Amino acid sequence: MPTKPDTEAPDLLVDVRDLSVHFALRGGTLSRLFGRDSGTIRAVDGVNLSLRPGEVVGLVGESGSGKSTLGRALLGLVPATEGSIRLRDQDLAQLSRRRLRQIRRVVQMVFQDPNAALNPSMTVEEAVGDALRVHGMKSAAERRAGVVDALERVGLSPVELFLSKYPRDLSGGQKQRVVLARAIVLNPTLLVADEPVSMLDMSVRAKILQLMLDLKHDLDLTYVYITHDLATAKYFCDRVAIMYLGRVVEIGPTEEIFAHPRHPYTKALMAAIPEPDPDKMVPRDLPRGEIPDAAQPPLGCAFHPRCPEAVSGCGWESRDLRTLVEEHWLRETAAYDEERTVIGDLAHLDAPSTSATIGSGGSAQVRAILEGMKAEDPDEPLWSGVQSIEDAGSGVTVSFEPAPSPALRRAGGVEVACVLYPDEG
Amino acid sequence: MTMDLSDETVAAASAREPVISARDVRVWYGTTRGAIRAVDGVSFDLAPGETLGLVGESGCGKSTLGRGLMGLLPEGAKRDGEVLFRGRDIFTLSRKASYQLRGRELGMIFQEPLTRLNPLMRISQHFEETIKQHEHGLSKDEIRDRALEVLRLMGIPPTRYKSYPHEFSGGMRQRLMIALALVLRPAFVVADEPTTALDVLVEAQIVQILNDLRRNFQTSLLLITHNVGIVAEACDRVAVMYAGRIVEQGTVAEVFKHPQHPYTRELLRSTISLTTTGLNFIPGAPPDLVDPPDGCRFHPRCPSAMNVCASKNPVDIERPGGGRVECWLVGPEDQIPPGGKQPLKQEELTVADEA
Repeated sequence: MPTKPDTEAPDLLVDVRDLSVHFALRGGTLSRLFGRDSGTIRAVDGVNLSLRPGEVVGLVGESGSGKSTLGRALLGLVPATEGSIRLRDQDLAQLSRRRLRQIRRVVQMVFQDPNAALNPSMTVEEAVGDALRVHGMKSAAERRAGVVDALERVGLSPVELFLSKYPRDLSGGQKQRVVLARAIVLNPTLLVADEPVSMLDMSVRAKILQLMLDLKHDLDLTYVYITHDLATAKYFCDRVAIMYLGRVVEIGPTEEIFAHPRHPYTKALMAAIPEPDPDKMVPRDLPRGEIPDAAQPPLGCAFHPRCPEAVSGCGWESRDLRTLVEEHWLRETAAYDEERTVIGDLAHLDAPSTSATIGSGGSAQVRAILEGMKAEDPDEPLWSGVQSIEDAGSGVTVSFEPAPSPALRRAGGVEVACVLYPDEG
Repeated sequence: MTMDLSDETVAAASAREPVISARDVRVWYGTTRGAIRAVDGVSFDLAPGETLGLVGESGCGKSTLGRGLMGLLPEGAKRDGEVLFRGRDIFTLSRKASYQLRGRELGMIFQEPLTRLNPLMRISQHFEETIKQHEHGLSKDEIRDRALEVLRLMGIPPTRYKSYPHEFSGGMRQRLMIALALVLRPAFVVADEPTTALDVLVEAQIVQILNDLRRNFQTSLLLITHNVGIVAEACDRVAVMYAGRIVEQGTVAEVFKHPQHPYTRELLRSTISLTTTGLNFIPGAPPDLVDPPDGCRFHPRCPSAMNVCASKNPVDIERPGGGRVECWLVGPEDQIPPGGKQPLKQEELTVADEA
C-alpha cells in the first residue's frame, strides 16, 4: 500500500503507528472530587502515517480535526496516549524529556503566527541563536556564524540589517522568515510546518512557500505541512492526509486525491474553495453544520451528520434526529409553536444513542409529525437508517441501525475511510 | 418578505438612486510622525441591493474606510469628504442623528463574532435590546416574531432563541451577528472580513448567506475582504484598494477577467487557488502612508511602471469595459509628457522591503 509502504523499509524517516492522543477534560471541582469522569477529547485517534526522506506530506482539515496535535506529537510536544512514533530507530512515545530535547535537533517546528512565535524582547540574532544555545553551542562567535548562515538561507540579507532588529520592526513575511531561520539553524531533517502562511497576506504567501521549497531542496528537508487550505496543499505536497475529528479519512498521492477525490469530506473541502473566477461558483449543496464536539463525536462515521452522500449504514443516532426536527421547523415556521408542544423538549437527544425517545403529546401525534417530515424530504438518508419506530409512553422511540466507524480501505491509488467504498481488506 | 409601507415607498422612489454615494472620502490618523492618510480620496456608489467587494492587502485602508463610513473611527482619527445616504450627507450629521442612523439604517458585521456578543445575555435579549433601541413600542411577541424570521433565514432553528452565545459554534455566532445586523432591515451594511476567522466549509456557508442578502433583504453591502475568491463568489462589483485609494473598480466579471491596473492583475496572480500552477507574488510591501511615494503609489512595486508613473499622479478615468481605473497604462494619453512611456528604471526590491 502506498501509504504504509513496506513497513520495515529502512528508508522510512518517520513511521507513526496507531497513534492516539487523548486529552482528559477537566470537569468542575466537585466532579473531580468525586472522581467523576468528565470525558476525553480524542484529538488524534488511531492514525498511521509514514514519511520518506525528502517527502512533503500535507495534513489537511478544519480546526478541530487533530492535524496540529498530530504535528506536535511528532516533536513530542504532546504525549502519545497509545501507539508509536518511530523516528528512524527511536520511538518518540517512549523517550524521556531529556532525550526528546535531543530529538528536536532533528525535528523542528514552524508555527502559524509569527507574532506569537517570536519573543518581542529578543532581537533576530538572539531569537535564532537561542536555539543553538539551548542545544549546547557555547561559543558566541560560532553561534553568530550559524545565525548569519541561517538568515542568509531564508533570504534575510544583508544580514547586518536584520541581526539587531526586534520583531516589531519586521513585516509579517520577514517575521516568518526569522521563524524559518530559527527552525533550520540546527540543521534538522524534518520540519513540521503548522499553517506557516495562513496569517500572511496573499501577496507574500507564495513567496514564503517558494522559500520553503528552496530550503527543502538546499537542505534535504522533509516536511509535514499542516494546513486547512487545500489549494496550497495541492501545490506544495507530494502526499496529503485529509483529517476529520482525529482520524485520517483519506490519504494518498496529491495528484490522485485532487484528480479523483473519494471521501465526501475531501470533495466538500475542494468544492468550498472560492476561485477568483466569477464564472465558477461554489456549489450550494455543501455540507451543513460544523465540525462536531470532539468530546462526543458522532456515532458511526464522524462525518455522517454533515455528509451530502450519507447512506443508511453511516451510523445515524439521536442527535441527528434533533437536527432533523429543528431543520423541519426552520422550513415550517408556522407549524413550530403547535408541533413544539407535541414534540416537547429535544435537549435529551444530545446524549448520543442509537435509540431516541421523543414526544410528550401522544404517540400518534408524534408519529404524524415524523411522517410529515419524511414526506417533506423522502430522500433524507436518516430515514433509511431507522430500524423501527415504536410507541413509548406519550411519544415514540426511534431505533437506528448501529454502525462502526469506517476504517481506512484501499480505493484506487489512495486509502479512504468511507462506507461508499467496498472494504477490500 | 414583508416590508412596512414607508420602507416600500422609499425603496421604490430610490430604486435607481444609489443608496450610498461617497465622494472624495479621506480618513487620517494623527501620529507623532505626521498624519497617516489611511484613506485618501475615495469615491464610489452603491445601488440598492448591490454588493460591492473591497479588496486589497493588509494596511491599504479597507477597514478604515468601512469604519469611516459607519462613523466608528477611534479617537484621533479625522474624516473628510461627502457620503450621501439617500441624499443626506452622513458625515455632517450630529452625534445624535448619526447614532440613530447606525443600526437602524447602517449596519455593521465584524470579523470576530464572539467579541461582539454579550456572553451574559441570551440571544433573545440581544434581539430585544437591538430592536427596542430603535423601534419603540413593540411587544415581546412582535420582537420574537421578527427575530425568529431573520434567524430562520440565517438557518438558526427557533429552538435556540433562548440560548446563550457560548452554546453556539463559530459559524452559528457569525450567523447571529448577521441576523442582529439585519433584523432592523438596514439599507446599507458594512461587513468587515466576516469569514476570516471561519473554516473553509463554514466560510462557504456564510458567503452563501451574504449572497442571498440582496434577495432576502434588499440590503446594499460593502464586503471588505482580502480574499479575491470571495469577491468573485459574492459580489456584483469590486473596488480594488491600494495605499488608501481605489485604483480600479467595476463589475466583478469585467475587472477579474480583464484587469486594467497592474495591481489588480498581480493580486489575482498571487492568489493560490486549486487552479494555481505556479507561485507568483508581488515584490515589496504597501508603502508607508505618512509619506507615500510620488506619482502612482504602486510604481515602486509595479512590473509595468513607466517614467510618468514616478512623477505624476495617475488620473481617474473611465475603464475600458466600464468602471473606473487610475493607471497611466490605460491613459489618458494626452496627459503623459514626452518620454513618459519609457519603462521606469526601478530599484530592485529586496526582502528588506517585503510585506
